[in-house]
Amino acid sequence: MKKKDFLKIANKKFQSRLIVGTGKYKSMIECAKAIKISGAEIVTVAVRRVNIVDKNKPLLMDYIDPKKITYLPNTAGCFNSEEALRTLRLAREIGGWKLVKLEVLGDKKNLFPDMIETLKSTEVLKREGFEVMVYCNDDPLMAKRLENAGASAIMPLAAPIGSGLGIQNKLNIKIIRDQTKLPLIIDAGIGTASDASIAMEMGCDGVLINTAIAKAKIPLQMAEAMKYAVIAGRKSFLSGRIKKNTYGNPSSPKKGII
Amino acid sequence: MNIKNKIKIKVNGKKIIFDNNASIEKLTKKLKIPLNKVAIELNKKILDKKKLKKIKLNNDDMIEIVHFIGGG
Repeated sequence: MKKKDFLKIANKKFQSRLIVGTGKYKSMIECAKAIKISGAEIVTVAVRRVNIVDKNKPLLMDYIDPKKITYLPNTAGCFNSEEALRTLRLAREIGGWKLVKLEVLGDKKNLFPDMIETLKSTEVLKREGFEVMVYCNDDPLMAKRLENAGASAIMPLAAPIGSGLGIQNKLNIKIIRDQTKLPLIIDAGIGTASDASIAMEMGCDGVLINTAIAKAKIPLQMAEAMKYAVIAGRKSFLSGRIKKNTYGNPSSPKKGII
Repeated sequence: MNIKNKIKIKVNGKKIIFDNNASIEKLTKKLKIPLNKVAIELNKKILDKKKLKKIKLNNDDMIEIVHFIGGG
């Protein structure tokens, strides 16, 4: 194994290859604990209106320190380029965030991305100096177009957001892996630890997980499971697996059998 | 309340009666907004947080104040 194995995104190095979403937790305390246990160094966050009526509502930044953990503002809930751009420009204004996650949805039921709007937004954001990590479908051609448009990371879905179905189209993920040098991060559809390991064994650079941790029966334990699943998958990938054989091959020597 | 000295504005979709000719800074102070944790839009234009003192509010202004919350 290489001595130093980093996840490098937009010239920033990260030791953890697990990116964690901060939605759907029972409380901010639980969310903060899960992040700590998972070892994640990047977390996705959403941009929403401040509650001007209840000013005592807890703020995310009070629980997760953006100086210690990299905030990755997302555009979740945006259904066109205009909304996504507005959201990310606001995110940048909050405190200078340039590394962002673009997610332009096209369908409310399956939450698949609208790739035309996504590509358009990527081009504009790149021109405006953003580093854009892009949620996309698992289409190798669109992935290539995003790369050509200057994306900082390609983040295809494994299955619909929050579905927990695991990688549905391994072939396309493999083709995208083979064709791109950009960080390839599985963004949606991970359900359990083995899904994360499989993604990493396929050579993906990382996985982004929210629901599978936040909605597990014991979220903190699942956060730990995901941490090790990603590490195991990565090490396995780097180690080079054995060839699959049809027939058995004994592990103990035949010589000296009594 | 002297209505002449008041304006109607919308902050995060909520109607608010506020002082005429007041600055955005005054509004954020009144609402106890932690400026280092938010971004502010006035009529869909993002404001430079350093210049809030100089920007005056007008009748029917639409203000959006956003921050980060948990999300995937």
